[in-house]
Amino acid sequence: MSNQATASVKVTHVEEQIVEIVSDSGEGAQKAGTAFAALNAKMGNGVWTVEIIPAEVKPPARSTAGASGIRVRFGQEHMTNMGDQADLVMAFNEQVLYGRINQEAYRPGTVILLENKWKDSNNDKIKAQYAKALVDFADRGFVVKEMPLEEACLAHTKNPKLGKNMFILGMLVWIYDRKLETALEEIDHLFGRKGETVVESNQKLCRAGYAYAMETLDFRFSIEAKARAKELVVMNGNEAVGLGIMASGMDLLSMYPITPATSVSHYLGDALGKVGGFLHQAEDEIAAVGFAIGSSYAGRTACTVTSGPGMALKTEFMGLAVMSEVPLVMVVVQRGGPSTGLPTKVEQGDLLAAIFGAPGDAPKLVIAPATIEECFTFIPRARQMAEEFRGLVVVLTDANLATGVQPFPRPEVKPEQFNIPFEQGEWEAGKPPYDWDEKTGMSPRPIPGQVGGEYVLTGLAHTNFSKVAYDPSTNQTSSEMRSRKFAAFRDNLPTPKVHGAEDGDLLIVGWGSTLGSIVEAVDRARSEGKKVSTLHLRDLNPLPRGLEDIFKRFKQVMTVEINYSDPVELGEDRRYAQLAWWLRANTLVDIDCWSNVFGQPIRPGLIYDEIVRRLSEGGLR
Amino acid sequence: MSESTTPVKAPHLFTLSDYQSGIARWCPGCGDHGVLAAIQRICTEEQLPPHKTVFVSGIGCSSRFPHYMKTYGFHGLHGRAMPVACGVKARRPELQVFVSSGDGDFFSIGAGHWIHGVRYNMDMTLTIFDNGIYGLTKAQTSPTSPLGLKTKTHPHGAILPPMNPIQATLGMTNLSFLAQTVDWKPQHLKATLQAAYKHKGLGIVRVMQRCTAYTADLHDEWRRNPEKVLLMKHDKGVPVDPKIDKAFKNQVEHDPTDINKARELGDRTDVLPIGLFYVNPDAPRYDQMTNAGLEMSNEDKAKGLNAALDKFAVR
Repeated sequence: MSNQATASVKVTHVEEQIVEIVSDSGEGAQKAGTAFAALNAKMGNGVWTVEIIPAEVKPPARSTAGASGIRVRFGQEHMTNMGDQADLVMAFNEQVLYGRINQEAYRPGTVILLENKWKDSNNDKIKAQYAKALVDFADRGFVVKEMPLEEACLAHTKNPKLGKNMFILGMLVWIYDRKLETALEEIDHLFGRKGETVVESNQKLCRAGYAYAMETLDFRFSIEAKARAKELVVMNGNEAVGLGIMASGMDLLSMYPITPATSVSHYLGDALGKVGGFLHQAEDEIAAVGFAIGSSYAGRTACTVTSGPGMALKTEFMGLAVMSEVPLVMVVVQRGGPSTGLPTKVEQGDLLAAIFGAPGDAPKLVIAPATIEECFTFIPRARQMAEEFRGLVVVLTDANLATGVQPFPRPEVKPEQFNIPFEQGEWEAGKPPYDWDEKTGMSPRPIPGQVGGEYVLTGLAHTNFSKVAYDPSTNQTSSEMRSRKFAAFRDNLPTPKVHGAEDGDLLIVGWGSTLGSIVEAVDRARSEGKKVSTLHLRDLNPLPRGLEDIFKRFKQVMTVEINYSDPVELGEDRRYAQLAWWLRANTLVDIDCWSNVFGQPIRPGLIYDEIVRRLSEGGLR
Repeated sequence: MSESTTPVKAPHLFTLSDYQSGIARWCPGCGDHGVLAAIQRICTEEQLPPHKTVFVSGIGCSSRFPHYMKTYGFHGLHGRAMPVACGVKARRPELQVFVSSGDGDFFSIGAGHWIHGVRYNMDMTLTIFDNGIYGLTKAQTSPTSPLGLKTKTHPHGAILPPMNPIQATLGMTNLSFLAQTVDWKPQHLKATLQAAYKHKGLGIVRVMQRCTAYTADLHDEWRRNPEKVLLMKHDKGVPVDPKIDKAFKNQVEHDPTDINKARELGDRTDVLPIGLFYVNPDAPRYDQMTNAGLEMSNEDKAKGLNAALDKFAVR
């Protein structure tokens, strides 16, 4: 199709691009962006997508707080994060752009294709707002192209408000010289369930947008794609968690709706049945985890998915799972806290709550995926850990992973992965239900239905026969047994690998969704000769062995996290970021931190700036 | 080997001792002992295999119940017996599940699970031991403590009118079995619990009992004046032992499928109605929904997962 472009069109070759579609809520920007991202992935490009979601379902139209939409970063290489400032923005009104400007999403030179119907608005206030914004955008150095998008749509649909998104998709397909046929297939995939008429009308609008861009625009970009060796799947982190649950063999998800975790259940509401599983929407967070624990106790190991406030409510049951050694997988999709906090925004603020939450000594395994692929693979791993170590495994993801879309190699599926991973025959006569191995604290567990295994699980202090005991030694002994499982678990944890040189001036330590941004920033600094490396932790509790040795090879060690910490200037009053706190306590190394709670994924550019600052003269502490 | 030479193994008969575990540590004279004896007898009569029977409880005196049964048990958290029990039953329909709870455990801290547990209507037997007091924690006011009852938290007497849990339960959606009995009439106690066990769905029994330590005279009004106890009788109700028939002269013929009549009886405070208030054997059962897919083969699961992955495939 590109040969049809007029000769006056300027084609620029680029390695990557960041595109945003921004609108009022409910205008379908996310759908268009998702289709565009999938299209790029299918063409072999690296993609990272992040949704821009307002807190309310229907915030006021044309408002800063109402900015809704999507960012798609795509390019020749594998994409690992949302990047810095956008290159091209498709905007349905000028006011929502301020929501993005406040988050430093744009730079001088960012091209904005802006709906211009507002300039002729009957409402003088809107007219004035629009005119004022145009002047301001010019001052900011944005390249604004006003376009009558809605009017152009009118020729092809009665209700342009509902079809504009596919029109925009068509325009993007032309601008980036993507395959129109693949885009149309994607529309079929998106709307297929709604019937042929809906698919056709959306495809028509996409074609119209493509033609309109060809007629009206004088610029295009070309991006090469690398040939793929393996078959890929593309999805967001919550869908990956959902598929991970399906692949883990856990056949019960017991949940209560909570942002930003709920979309896991939106996916599994339909899909879990395809592997014979069941989704239970409980009456509250506490009941959700209680139901899961009941099922796990009965031999059908279950999963619960929640976010910070939900984890807080589940705390008492978390302690019970640890105390009574019932396997349980709990996925926590972190959002901004404390309290109701920032429901739709990212934070890594639940690390210490996950590690320490629950009264008394309640050791639980805590792991954190760092990529969309790991959102999938860590769930079967968590199930295996929960069974083997007979207890609670918390999987910490966050709002950035939940809505980020990234392709990864298609996982292999085998019937054997659905086998029930424990003995179901008769329980050996006289064997206690907690047959703790003195060294490892590990023990098999009897399951209701097993003859001879009858025991009464209790959250009270208990002997190895699960008999309630208040004597001085029993609680000490059983606590020791539960703790020893942790040391045993560390035996199998490999020391993580440093990205970059094994020693140097600065080591950045991260966990969870910041991996892509940190690596990108570190690589950029290294390419300029800076002696900086990074270490990313997936196992947070217990930590792998060998960290001290790694830390001691660097002049400075600093965590980068999305949670609150005080600035260095506060001196001895300073409170540290959560991973820094945890690493300091565990390694006695003087680890520094750099973190914030803007509710945004940390951009690589900001991390790079901080690296430069730390390594500049006087930057070293 | 021909069929005729195959030794016929006599079915193993479970006896009372197959269900008894240790000596119950409730106070002497506590009504809990009577409920334990009744349930152990029911298990024996119904020949429930101990390894396929699970007793779930919360926290409180009555929640110690599983410890005295030689079956599987789950003595969990305060107020949370129902979610755990429902989870046990969800994917193991062949397990027989019993729940023991008290007035504080069930009507107060666990009240949220009451209304939803009724709506789920999973096939299990729920006994609520109601003695109008928090006994284990030593005499705090419970939701069913009578007005004026002196407790450690209300030393001048309980200041709110007591909750009527029967009235409340009769207003809940998808109720399928609700009965009331008393701890001082073992025949009626056992007959009521057995009827609840036999009911397919959530069989709820509220046992009116005394705490010998703190509310020993709680039911004196009913105990001393049997005519103030109203015996609900019907073919579809709790079978009435001749001794009970004789003991309670104040009787009413009550068709337990009549919800309006049940609600009238449930509202009464001038008498203590005992027997079956309400039954609806056709109420939808969640355990018949949660067991979906249990029979699926690993091969079909693998196919299902592959089909799910196909939708995300980059073709």
